[in-house]
Formats: sequence, structure tokens, C-alpha cells
Amino acid sequence: MKNTETALIIGATSDIGRAIARRLARDGCALQLAARHTEDLAGEVQDMRARTAGAVTAHRCDVLDADGGVSLLDALEVLPDVAVCVVGLAGDQRAAQADGAVAQRVMRTNYVGPALLMGALAERFEHRGRGVLAGVSSVAGDRGRASNYVYGSAKAGFSAFLSGLRNRLAGSGVHVVTVKPGYVRTRMTDGLDLPPRLTAEPDDVARAVVIAIRRRRDVVYVGPLWRVIMLVVRALPERVFKRTRL
Amino acid sequence: MELSGWGRHPVLDCRVARLRRCEELGDLLARNRTLIARGNGRSYGDAALNPGLTLSMLAMDRLQAFDPDTGRLTCQAGVRLSDILATFVPRGWFPPVVPGTEHVTVGGMIAADVHGKNHHRDGSFGAHVESLTLATADGETRRCSRSDNADLFRATLGGMGLTGVILSASLRLRPVDSAFLLAETVATRDLDDTMALFEASGDRPYGVAWIDGLARGARLGRSLVTRGAWLPRSSLPARLAASPLRVASPAKLAVPVDAPSVLLNRTSIRLFNALRYGRGRVRGGERPVHYGSFFFPLDRIAAWNRLYGRRGFVQYQCVLPKAESRRGVAALLECVAAEGQGAFLTVLKRFGPAGEGMMSFPLEGHTLALDFPMRSGTLALLNRLDGISHAHGGRVYLAKDACCAPERVRQGYPRLEEFNAIRTEAARGAHRFASALSGRLAL
Repeated sequence: MKNTETALIIGATSDIGRAIARRLARDGCALQLAARHTEDLAGEVQDMRARTAGAVTAHRCDVLDADGGVSLLDALEVLPDVAVCVVGLAGDQRAAQADGAVAQRVMRTNYVGPALLMGALAERFEHRGRGVLAGVSSVAGDRGRASNYVYGSAKAGFSAFLSGLRNRLAGSGVHVVTVKPGYVRTRMTDGLDLPPRLTAEPDDVARAVVIAIRRRRDVVYVGPLWRVIMLVVRALPERVFKRTRL
Repeated sequence: MELSGWGRHPVLDCRVARLRRCEELGDLLARNRTLIARGNGRSYGDAALNPGLTLSMLAMDRLQAFDPDTGRLTCQAGVRLSDILATFVPRGWFPPVVPGTEHVTVGGMIAADVHGKNHHRDGSFGAHVESLTLATADGETRRCSRSDNADLFRATLGGMGLTGVILSASLRLRPVDSAFLLAETVATRDLDDTMALFEASGDRPYGVAWIDGLARGARLGRSLVTRGAWLPRSSLPARLAASPLRVASPAKLAVPVDAPSVLLNRTSIRLFNALRYGRGRVRGGERPVHYGSFFFPLDRIAAWNRLYGRRGFVQYQCVLPKAESRRGVAALLECVAAEGQGAFLTVLKRFGPAGEGMMSFPLEGHTLALDFPMRSGTLALLNRLDGISHAHGGRVYLAKDACCAPERVRQGYPRLEEFNAIRTEAARGAHRFASALSGRLAL
């Protein structure tokens, strides 16, 4: 990334969002930080201002708003060169099974809002004729599993949306990156006993995102093992898969 | 969860929580009798372990302010040194004191009052901390500096996290013109030669001796002494001048599994030491070296602590006052060599005058650090080394310690009473900040 660029980070108070912002700040990018709780953003803005000579601005954006948070884009003084969406909510699978309102919140947070936002950004980027969109999806979207299919289905929707955008915008000067982390040590996974070899740090995801943006990658997994694991998980015949406990 | 320090001995089952907001601390204190803050887990023994509650500070990792005119950086305690370096080296700044790994937090560096290869000139890390904020047992957050809460400030520098939870700190970075140092390696014949070279190197900011730990008799203490000074950009060779402020690259090698414990045996250690000394003698002389290789050579191999196998290792580090250090170091080296067990790494550094921290490790003299795989005879050997160190007026480094006896620590740290009085006062009674280390040593 060149130091004259502006990057928008949606979900900037999340652990992964913060790690991405940090890497972009080191590259000298100007940053637009967007999140639901603006009071939490103050600390992140302070952090980024100490890290970069570029401008840092804070913006409110709630993907659960009726418009999916798209009004954020009208509030931006400059259209960013790069936009990264890190918004996500794991939710509790059991609660989501039992309560439609919980399931809806997970679906809207992981799919509806992020997709509408990426779609709206894509329109503007296409009109301008350049830009990079990066969406952080999840390996959970690669196949629905008993343990997290509400979250997984929403991530699957987001992955499919990004794939479609990428297809549509190929050759337009606008590039779309899909990033699929596996387990990541974040607030979302606090207290879970995660397998150390398969668990990335937020900064590992950030590194993958920034490299993918620079090199115009299409779909990246975080950590080489996950690509292989998901290849196997996807290849299992449904007859076998439905009896597994993954 | 099972938790240990970097030496992987001891391993304790600890309840772990991650602090995400300062406001959560009051609640944690109300619900736990004692707790200890933990940074990145790079102290070697049991300093950052508390089975009741070990509080990870790694999520408290925001910078709060940086003044490019003065180099003053204010940040939360969980900020890692690697983050500071990656952010500020490209802008031409470097911390005044760095330890042997960049994978430590600011809070950890203050709590252990870490030293670098420049203690003889610049003192320890704490000397460059202008102020800090500390959450104490009464739920208050206190700003501590040389003018505010000065006693608590001096108790917290090197206080091993026992005065409270360090939340943030202000320190001064120094300008550097490049990310490279001019390093010179000199092979010395024996201990006298090594120590004389330290004294003759006062003009170089950085110095360290790697001792051939298995040399005995007339060659006892023969070393490779490395001295270094920052290189101005104008002196860089062309191949480095293209990116004079580049950041250290992440480790390319990693130790994937616990090595079998026979890997580091008498023969392999002897071979390693002999090869290293021979290579250093041949390759001596001056050359430009990146700060990553100069300060953090072991960071190139991720999880190198696994080399010592499942049982882990202990690092014994003590400091001996200058008047006694020549004799004391010789006695320690003799003891290790006679044992035949051998230390994989033996490192000697020169310390300048002690700093302000009541429980800080450094005092004017020499510090010797030895790595031993944890085996059946290791504790007995450490006890013998402790005896020698004690007889020469020395003391052990609490950030490395895993097995020192309480009375030795009491004698080695004469300001312990004063420290505990301040700790008690800040806690308004019972000590709420405690670790396996403080329990073991009855601090």
C-alpha cells in the first residue's frame, strides 16, 4: 500500500480490525475507522494517531441499522482507496437454534449488513474505476456444521456475495478479496479451549489481509493448514459428513 | 489452563482472564483473593503465574500518544516491544533499553526492570520510564512518577507486578539514524582478558560476552565479546543503505515440537560451544549488523524453548558486586565446568550502578546467565551456584528464577522490607497482587 492511500476499516474496534488498522498505519495510510460504539473508537483513534502521520477519522456505523450501515459512506469526506469489512458476531448456536431473534441478529450482523455495505462501496469504487474491497468471512462458511451453522450460513452468504462481486467487477479496476480465517484468538473466542496449532493471532489475520490486498489475491485462508482442512471437509460426502461431530 | 514461564518449569494450572478494559479490574479484585498480571509470558520461572487468577494484559495494547519532537511515547502496558519497534524504527526511533527478546510487553519490562547490553551506560529500562499508571488493591488508579507517589513508583520498577497492575506508562524513545549497528567480535583468552576488555569498551554503548562454558583451567572464561554502536546512515554499505530503517523480519524457523531431552547432552553442548568459539575467533572483526540480530538473536527461532524438551529449562542469572565479581564469576564457572553438565549458553555482562527500583536486579558489577536443561541434578547444581553467588555478595534475577531459596532472596534484596511496607500500604492491608514466585519466596 502506498502511503498516500486512504483505508476504511469497518469493525475497527474488533481485535482483527485493530490489527489491520495497525499494519496499515505502519505503511503510512490515512485511516477511516468505523464501528458501532463511537466511545470505544476514541481509544483506537488515539492509538492510530500515535502510529501514523496520515489522517485518522472516526465514524459511527452499525450494520444492524435498517440500511445496513450504508449511510456511513455519505459521512466520509473522501472515498477510500481500500475498504475492509471485519464485522462479525459468533453468537451462541444453541440460543440461535431456540430463538429466532438471536439467529436473526447473527445473520444480519454477519451477512445482511456487511453485504449491503460491500455492495454500496463496490458501486462507488466501480464508478471511480478503482479500489480494493476486502471482506473477512470465515472457514465456518465453507460447510454448515451442527456446532455453528447459523453463524456459518451467514458467513457462507457473505463469501458467496463477495465471490459474485469479484466476478462482476473483474476487469473494472476494482478488486475483491475474501479472507477466511479459522480459529482466531479474539474477544469472540475468549474462554474457548482452542487447538494451539490451528489458532491464529489477530495479527496473523491482519498480515494475510494486507498481503492479499497488495497482491490482489482472490480468496485467502489464514494459515496453510486451513485450506487443506476445508478441502477435506468440503469433499466429504453428505452421507458421511452428517454423522461427523466437527 | 496449564501455564508456565518461558523456561517451561514449573507448569501450573492457572485460571486465566484477559483484561480488556481498566474498569473490569475492580470486579476482578472483588471476586479474587489474589491475582497477578501477565504480559507475554517471557519471564522464565513462576513470576507471572497465579493459580487463582493470572490476568493477561495482552489485549491492553494501545498506544496513547507519541510526541515526534521529544520521542515521548505513552502506551498501555500490554503493548509489545515488537510493536513499538515495527512502528517506530521506520520513523527513526528506538527504545533506550531493550532486553534479549522483542516479545515482551512494556508492563513486563517495567515489572522486571529489564536491562540490556548497555546497562553500564544507560541503566535499566525503568530509568527511562517517566511515569506510569498503576491500579492498586483499593480499586484506585494512581499516577506514579519521580514526583507523584514516588515511593510506589520506585517499588513498581522491578516490583514483579506485586504492587498492582501496571496499566500504562510514558517513556522516551531515542533517535536513531539507521536500524544497524557496527558490531565487533573479539575472542578473549580467559576471564581476566574478558573483564579487561569490558573495562576498555566503555566508549561503546553495547557489550556482551558469550563464554565458552566448558573451557577450564587457564582458559576458564574465554569468551567472544561483542561490542556495538549505532551506525549513522552515511556509514552503511550500499546494499543496506537502500532501506536504512528496515524492521526485523519475523522468525523464519520454528521448533515445531518438544525436542527429545537427550538432544542437549554433554557432547552436543561441548560441540556447540567449541564450534561457536572457533567460528567467532575466525570471523571476528567489525561488521554492520541489523538490530534484530544484534539484540534478539534467539528471536529468529520461534519457540526455541522447546529445544530443551518437555521438562523445560532454567536460566540461572545472578549479579555480583564489582569488588567480588572476578573471583565470584570464576568460582561459578568452575563449579559448572566441574559438574560436567555444562550450560548451553553462558553470558556475561557488565552492569553500571544500581537504579531506583527497590527490587530491581542490577547493581554495579557483573551479571552471569547460564541456561540448564531441567534434569534430576539441576536443582542441586543451582543451589550450589546460589551458595557461591551469595558468598560473593550477589543476588539472583527474579524474572529468571524458578527455585531460589527464600532466605537467599531476602539477603540479596536488602530493600525488601521497605518494598513490602509500601506494598502493604498501597493494598490497605492484605497483599492482593501475588504470584507463584512471591508465594514461594514468601515476599
